[in-house]
Amino acid sequence: MSVVKLSNVDIAITRGGIKIVEKISFEIQSGQILGLVGESGSGKTTVSMALLGHTRKGAVIESGSITIDGHEIVGADDKMLRSLRGGTIAYVPQDPGTALNPGLRIGRQILESLEKHQPDVDHEVHMARVREVLTEVALPSDTDFLRRYPHQLSGGQQQRVAIAIAFACRPKVIVCDEPTTGLDVTTQSKVLATIRALCREHGVAALYVSHDLAVVSELADDVAVMYAGRIVESGNRDEIFFNSIHPYTRRLIRALPDIAGRNQILGISGYAPMPWDRPSGCAFAPRCADAQSICSQSVPELTKISASHNVNCHRHKDSTKIVATARIERESISASAQPLLGINNLDGFYGSRQVLFDTNIHIQPGECVALVGESGSGKTTLSRCIGGLHDDYKGEISYFGNTLGKHALERKKEERRDIQYIFQSPYASINPRRPIGSTITRQLELFFGMKGSAADARVKELLDLVSLPHAIITSFPDQLSGGERQRVAIARALAAEPKLLVCDEITSALDVSVQASVIETLKNLQSSTSVAMLFVTHNLALTRSIANRVAVMRKGTIVEYGGLDEVFNSPKAEYTNRLLQHTPTLK
Amino acid sequence: MMSKIRDFFNQGGLLLFALGRILAGIPIIIALTVLVFMATQALPGDAAVSYLANTATPERLAAIREQLNLDDPLWVQYFSWASDALRLDFGMTLTGETSVSAILGERIQNTLILMASSGIIAIPLSIVIGTYAAVRRGKIFDNVSSLVTLVLASLPEFVVAIFVVFLLATNIFQIFPAISFVEPGTLAWADPMSLVLPSLTLILAVTPYVSRIMRGSMIEVMESEYIQMARLKGLSERTVILRHALPNAIAPTIQVIALQLAWLAGGVVVVEAVFAYPGIGTVMIDSVKARDLPIVQAITLMIAALYVVLNILADIGTILSTPRLRTKHARKNDTSDVFAAMDGDQ
Ligand SMILES: Nc1ncnc2c1ncn2[C@@H]1O[C@H](COP(=O)(O)OP(=O)(O)OP(=O)(O)O)[C@@H](O)[C@H]1O
Ligand code: SF4
Ligand SMILES: [Mg+2]
Repeated sequence: MSVVKLSNVDIAITRGGIKIVEKISFEIQSGQILGLVGESGSGKTTVSMALLGHTRKGAVIESGSITIDGHEIVGADDKMLRSLRGGTIAYVPQDPGTALNPGLRIGRQILESLEKHQPDVDHEVHMARVREVLTEVALPSDTDFLRRYPHQLSGGQQQRVAIAIAFACRPKVIVCDEPTTGLDVTTQSKVLATIRALCREHGVAALYVSHDLAVVSELADDVAVMYAGRIVESGNRDEIFFNSIHPYTRRLIRALPDIAGRNQILGISGYAPMPWDRPSGCAFAPRCADAQSICSQSVPELTKISASHNVNCHRHKDSTKIVATARIERESISASAQPLLGINNLDGFYGSRQVLFDTNIHIQPGECVALVGESGSGKTTLSRCIGGLHDDYKGEISYFGNTLGKHALERKKEERRDIQYIFQSPYASINPRRPIGSTITRQLELFFGMKGSAADARVKELLDLVSLPHAIITSFPDQLSGGERQRVAIARALAAEPKLLVCDEITSALDVSVQASVIETLKNLQSSTSVAMLFVTHNLALTRSIANRVAVMRKGTIVEYGGLDEVFNSPKAEYTNRLLQHTPTLK
Repeated sequence: MMSKIRDFFNQGGLLLFALGRILAGIPIIIALTVLVFMATQALPGDAAVSYLANTATPERLAAIREQLNLDDPLWVQYFSWASDALRLDFGMTLTGETSVSAILGERIQNTLILMASSGIIAIPLSIVIGTYAAVRRGKIFDNVSSLVTLVLASLPEFVVAIFVVFLLATNIFQIFPAISFVEPGTLAWADPMSLVLPSLTLILAVTPYVSRIMRGSMIEVMESEYIQMARLKGLSERTVILRHALPNAIAPTIQVIALQLAWLAGGVVVVEAVFAYPGIGTVMIDSVKARDLPIVQAITLMIAALYVVLNILADIGTILSTPRLRTKHARKNDTSDVFAAMDGDQ
């Protein structure tokens, strides 16, 4: 019997009645995990919270039915919802950093669910359960630990506390909303293993929400793919990952960085529409290569392909198979006597705290070196040293053999022009109160004294380079999507005609499909302008799609440095091996 | 709350922090003595001239100069005044009949009684109003209380005082005395009726500010993710508000409460004047009129010192009510074992 059953659920914004999600139907059996994937804004969180009868302020479950363990949720009264929430169905939030109460000890936060849902049980029995559930999520359970506050735990520990809270009352269903976003791969893989084991052992049905297909492929039994508020395809894991039919699912799988290095990643141009400007007909039509006139006229009906496999696409019979294009081998660029950038024996500090230890990296002209490491490993500090934004270091950074000034202001104008830094958040470099065109022309004027029609023409060229429409010139940053903004930041950097681009986690805030497009843009640039790059990322798989050479950093030390194939096929450092193992992939 | 206080003193680091804050207050108080002293030096002529004004005769001038050591160099004057002041000895009044301390002693107690009786009511009241308005955001209670507090906040306190007198002492009801007559030699609580109207005025002056801040802070907390999480655990709305929201909302309000209390000390001057309440406010006004410098200096210094003390208390209170800050100042080994645990996590 299905513990969770949704049929035709519509959730709408109260004012105006705009639908956030429409006709959502799925079932989950006990002990099974359903992965719900989709781009940002597709409505995943909205659906997952609806399972607990909760909607965000200003939204309402308009119609349909949600049953949890036989209880109807839609229209249920508060008393009924309160007895189900936390007891029968529990929620693991996206960001435990903000979802745990900063003012309460974690022991208390676990205990209170038990007290609420099992009021007749003795305190000692509850405490025993608190300790037991902490052990189940592989955390210490001593009194000292119970008395900690959330801020005294690491991100991974906080997330496991959130999971412990969810599992405390032995629920029948748990809903996990991207519970591993922001965690390091090794921590992520532990958290995933914990969730998997708990669901299997206790027969818990789980809805696992994620934008990361690779994670879902490792965890889920069944998968539902959402696009613009609808489920466009659903099926068991193999049907979705290896026999998908919907063009969106197919493209999404191709956008996934492939750590095995077989395939080239492929972006989907454009971006997912907001609820208020979703096109009529098939919402994917504007981005779909298979779209025909019928697609923009009517919403495709659900078609059953097999007992478990459903798809909503007018062309389910003949949608284009997207064959994986083999990854283009990049010939490694041999080391020369005079590298473009040399980082020699660099020790980086924050006051008395040393964060970088004896770092050596050399970048040849036209080469892309990826710098990989978990959060806090010192990647950003190193890239900021290169960009002249952090000057608390010993050692040398040389540019074509000449030592660079530590601070950007101590560097020559040409040096500043030749080395351009792109931030993780494009807001840091794009003035929000300036139209895009003027953001770029300022750069042209600053470095080349270029003005007027010459500058305008150059802006258009630059926009072409990063595949942005010219119409964007008069737009303001807040009118653009994250991917577009990031491309503006790239165009702005390119305006300086740099020899080296330092890209600091520039795709980490983007959806996979957009990330893939940005990577494509960078790759095209590399072949057309032979600009060198330092590509900083926490995503090892991603480096395979762009880098010639990889440096792996751990706690401020480079533990592995070599050509792409060398690092991936015969890693020397144990740490690299661990990263490779824990990076989720489609298998 | 009790356990928090216990923790606080168990953790030596916190006690050290508190001591540090108090020690840091000392130079501020000393700086204040300099300021107060300098401010009175800036008056035209010297203290003796300004006190005696038209009645000045060479002998009387000399007598007063003698009493205040006005013929000594400035820094000697300052040191003898300041070192006495720090021992709470403010010398004799210029009338020469009593010591400043004797006049102020009783008055200060009366003023503190007035401030305490208003604070004890105003602070919990504002927290309740602010919280309830936040929980009922957009409903009738919220709208009405927003309007009322806005109006009250914009009225000067003497207007409030006059209104209170009009309503409760003279024209409409005649329940409470319009003038707080306190038998000299007794304290204000000997006659609680005399406290009612001045306290009420101060409560009406303070509550609007604090409750508005409390409301804002509470609204912010109620919209946080951990409140949503608490609801998704199935907790009752009561538990969500009282256990999860309120403590987190009060912490940022403490600084405002302290400021308001300090402000009470200033506002008290006006209110005491209206009700002829025998506190330091009325003495202050009388001695400014009489240009009796030692009293003015003493009162100014004490009000300033009260600000400093309240600020220190607010800092400590904020830390006590914010676990993140509290643990930061706790014993060192506590945090180091957190990092050990974090390493084990990887
Ligand atoms: N109460 C609401 N009022 C107005 N708009 C809303 C409301 N709830 C959700 N939306 C909009 O509906 C869309 C779907 O939101 P939702 O949070 O479900 O997306 P998501 O798939 O979880 O995205 P992400 O991956 O970024 O978490 C978003 O565009 C969001 O802005
Ligand atoms: S319905 Fe048409 S536009 Fe939509 S996915 Fe299928 S082919 Fe593409
Ligand atoms: Mg979400």
